[in-house]
Amino acid sequence: MRVGVITFPGSLDDRDAQRAVRLAGAKPVALWHGDHDLHGVDALVLPGGFSYGDYLRCGAIAAHSPIMAEVIDAANAGMPVLGICNGFQMLAEAHLLAGGLIRNDHGNFICRDQGLRVENTSTAWTNDFATGAEITIPLKNGEGGFIADADTINRLEGEGQVVFRYLGVNPNGSINDIAGISNERGNVVGLMPHPEHAVEAGFGPDTAAAMRSGVDGLAIFTSAIRALASV
Amino acid sequence: MPTIVVEVMPKAVLLDPQGKAVTGALHRLGNTTVSEVRIGKRFELTVEGEVTDALLAEVQTYADEMFSNSVIEDVVSIEVAQ
Repeated sequence: MRVGVITFPGSLDDRDAQRAVRLAGAKPVALWHGDHDLHGVDALVLPGGFSYGDYLRCGAIAAHSPIMAEVIDAANAGMPVLGICNGFQMLAEAHLLAGGLIRNDHGNFICRDQGLRVENTSTAWTNDFATGAEITIPLKNGEGGFIADADTINRLEGEGQVVFRYLGVNPNGSINDIAGISNERGNVVGLMPHPEHAVEAGFGPDTAAAMRSGVDGLAIFTSAIRALASV
Repeated sequence: MPTIVVEVMPKAVLLDPQGKAVTGALHRLGNTTVSEVRIGKRFELTVEGEVTDALLAEVQTYADEMFSNSVIEDVVSIEVAQ
């Protein structure tokens, strides 16, 4: 199983995402934003960071990168595609996911271990979670406020396309505490928090058991492997 | 050389956190009359040669598809600066 991780100018978490893919049991394949080539990968991750310095809007310029033409075609053909933080912003800017991300309502960059509820465990990136699973993974963003018009929110909520919801604290003013969504088909998922930073004991969030032992993010990556194996 | 000016604003119904922060700063400076500040973007496109209708239509496309995100912003004007 080969999972492509696309590096854009300003990507920060591409190597972390590659590591998460490897720890989940797949082969990470480094892809470059300026190419028109997905190198035959089975799934795609758009990692976090500050593509093109977040000029214009977060993810807006990256959404027009050469490789995004291939990403859009692959997503529409059913390939599992995950956008994390800046990657989520790119998927929204590319209209592969609904809504948009705006500056946090309190105006500050925020960095914390964030509780989430997995609201939909039938997507390509969440099928390895138990129904109603509550997880903790790191969150770090300045423009993570998810918004959409009322009709879109009703559709997302009604169709089960809200995939992750903030628990305890809404860190950025997102409507309905929405932390992540999917497309209708469930193969494209975007979320603001960072599952790739919670995949290996010693490097993740603190848990009741031990410091930095949280690995709740790993199931997001193993889910894609399971989804591909079941095709 | 002529310049095409495109202005983009956050949608009126949306929270504008930048504007809200600046409004708060004005009030802290003692202002009591400004009730709201909203912050948008101004793009100045310097053009080689003449501004044609075809070019303006092209800029409209850029404004709609890249300079703005229709989910959160409106293109409020596209004008040729004199």
